[in-house]
Amino acid sequence: MDSRDWIRDGLHAVAGAALAVPLAIVNIPLLVLFVVSLALTPVLGLGLVLLPLVTMLIRARADLARRLAAGYRVAIARPYRPRPERAVPGGIRHYRWLVTDPATWRDAAWLLPGAIAGLALALVSLGIVAYGAEGILLIPLWVSLGVDGYGYGVIWPIDTIGEGFLSLPQGAAILAIGVAAAPHLRQAEAYTARLFLAPTRAAELRLRVSQLTVTRADTVDAQAAELRRIERDLHDGAQARLVSLGMTIGLAEEIIDADPATARKLLAEARENSTTALHELRHLVRGIHPPVLAERGLEGAVRALAMALPIPATVTAALPGRLDTPVESAAYFAVAEALANATRHSGAGNAAVELWHTGDLLLLRVSDDGRGGADPDRGTGLRGIERRLAAFDGTMSLSSPLGGPTVVTMELPCALSSPRTSPSSGTV
Amino acid sequence: MRVVIAEDLALLRDGLTRLLRAYDFEVVAAVEDGPSLLPALVEHRPDVAVIDVRLPPTFTDEGLQAAIAARTTVPGLPVLVLSQHVEPLYARELLTDRRGGVGYLLKDRVANVAQFIDGVRRVASGGTVMDPEVVGQLLARHQPPLAALTVREREVLGLMAEGRSNGAIAAKLFIGDKAVSKHINSIFTKLGLPPSDDDHRRVLAVLAYLNG
Repeated sequence: MDSRDWIRDGLHAVAGAALAVPLAIVNIPLLVLFVVSLALTPVLGLGLVLLPLVTMLIRARADLARRLAAGYRVAIARPYRPRPERAVPGGIRHYRWLVTDPATWRDAAWLLPGAIAGLALALVSLGIVAYGAEGILLIPLWVSLGVDGYGYGVIWPIDTIGEGFLSLPQGAAILAIGVAAAPHLRQAEAYTARLFLAPTRAAELRLRVSQLTVTRADTVDAQAAELRRIERDLHDGAQARLVSLGMTIGLAEEIIDADPATARKLLAEARENSTTALHELRHLVRGIHPPVLAERGLEGAVRALAMALPIPATVTAALPGRLDTPVESAAYFAVAEALANATRHSGAGNAAVELWHTGDLLLLRVSDDGRGGADPDRGTGLRGIERRLAAFDGTMSLSSPLGGPTVVTMELPCALSSPRTSPSSGTV
Repeated sequence: MRVVIAEDLALLRDGLTRLLRAYDFEVVAAVEDGPSLLPALVEHRPDVAVIDVRLPPTFTDEGLQAAIAARTTVPGLPVLVLSQHVEPLYARELLTDRRGGVGYLLKDRVANVAQFIDGVRRVASGGTVMDPEVVGQLLARHQPPLAALTVREREVLGLMAEGRSNGAIAAKLFIGDKAVSKHINSIFTKLGLPPSDDDHRRVLAVLAYLNG
C-alpha cells in the first residue's frame, strides 16, 4: 500500500469515528421509543401506529450501520422478512409482521451494546489522535510551565523546556499510531454490528429459499417457453417439409416412366426442399446450443460471434479451460444478447468483449462506444440476461450514462471443469 | 484420383464413398474418427481428403484440427471439410497457411452431386471453395477493407470465394470474361495484393475477405 493510502484511509476512519459518537447516542432514544411503543400497544392501540414508525427508524439506523460496515469490508446482509401483501401500516397484520420478525428484536437488542461499543471504540480512536495532536502542538510544554508534575508520553514530569519539546516527536508517533489504528477500530465496530445485525443462519436460509424459489420459477417458465417454441418450429417447419418431400418423391416415382422430364423436375424440387429443411433445422439448433459453442467452448464461440457482428468487436479472453456446459451456454447467450443490444440500439462503432475467470467467478464484460442510456426497464433484452444469469446465482450490472459508453458486466459463480481440449487459440 | 474420407456416421460415409466411386475416385481410406484420420492422411497422401468437421472421440472439431495438422505435415494437402453448419472462424483457420487446396462446405451441398464433385475436383487441383453460406454471412457485414469495393466487385469476390473460375463467374453474372478479369484486378488493387502467382492471390483475396 502507498503511504498516502494509509493516511487517507486513516483520516477517513478518524472522521468516521467522529461521526460514530452522535450515531451511538441516537441509539438510546430509539431504544426508549421501541420499548414505549411496545408498552403502548394495549393502550388504545397506540403501538399499532407507533411501533411500525419506530421500527422503520431503527431499520434505517441499522441499514446505516450496515452501509458503514461495508466501507470497512464487513458485509452485513439485510435479514428482514418481506412484507406480506395484505399488511397495511396501522393494521394488525402489519404489526404482527414486524413483531414476529426476529430481525426486529435483534435490531432492538443491538441498540444498547451497539451504542456502548460504538462510543467506546470511537472515543479510543479519537482519544489517541487528540493526544497525539496535543503533543505536536506543544501543549504539554505550556501546561507544565503552570502545573507541577505535568508530563507527556514517557516524560513525567516535564521539568525543562528541552524535555517539553520532546513531546513533538512523541506526539507525531502517537498521531501516526492513532491514524493507522483508526480503520481497525472502525472495523472492530463493524464486527460488533455484524454480531447482531447480520441474518442468523435460519434467516439466511429462509432468504436463500425465497430467492431460489423465484429463480427456479423463472427458469422453469423460460425452459417451458423454449420447449414450446422448439416444438412449434419443428412441427411447422422441418416436419412439414419432410412430409412434402416424401410426397414429391412419391409422385416422381409414380410418373417416372410416363413423364421422365416432369419427374426430374420434381426430384430437383425435392432436393431443394431438403436443403431448406436442413437450413431450418440448423437455425433451430443454433438457437438451442450453437455448434461452435459445443466445439470450441465459450471463448471460441464468442470469437465467432464477434466475427459475425456488423461492427468491429475485439475479444479478450483469459479462460484456462472449458466451463460446465450449462454455465457456458448461459454465459454465451448473455454475451450474445448484450452484443445484440450494443449493435441494435446504441449506434456504436466498436464493441469489446472481455472474458476472464478468477477463483470461482466467471466475469463477462461487454462494452460499446455508443450513445448510452440503456435501461433494463425498457425492452426485454437486459432483463432476459438477468433472468438467465439468476438461474446460476449470477448477476448483471449496467453502466450506461447518456452519451455513453455502455458497459454491461456479468458475473457467474462457477468452477472450471476440464482443461482445454482443442488447441484453437494458436491457429489464428 | 485418390481420396480419403473421414465421416463418423456410417450412412453418410457409405454414401460419400458410393458417390465418389461413381465419379471414378479411388477411395483409399474411409476412417470414422479423429485419431485414425491424421495417420491415414500422412500415410496415403491422397489427391484430396473429404473430412467431417465433427468426429469422435470428442465430437468437437477433431476433423478440422486433423485437417490443419495434416497440412503442416504435408504442405498443401488438398482438404475439403464438410460440416452440418459453417463458421467463418473455421474457414479462416483453414486458410491461414495461405495455400490453396482448401474447401469448406455445408453437408447439404453433397445433395447437388454435380456441383459437389466439381468442388472436390477444384480443391484437388489447388483451388479454394468456400460455401455460399460463409460468403453470405460475411457479405452481411460492413467491413472496412471491403467497403472500398463496388457492388459488382463484391459479387465477383463472393463468387471467387466460392471457388468459381473466371469463366464461371462471367456466366453467373452475365458479363464477359474480360470484364471479370478487370473486376478481379481492381479487387486485388483495392485489397493491396500486388501481382504474383495468380492462384495464390485468389486465396489471399478470400482470406482478406474472411478477415474483414
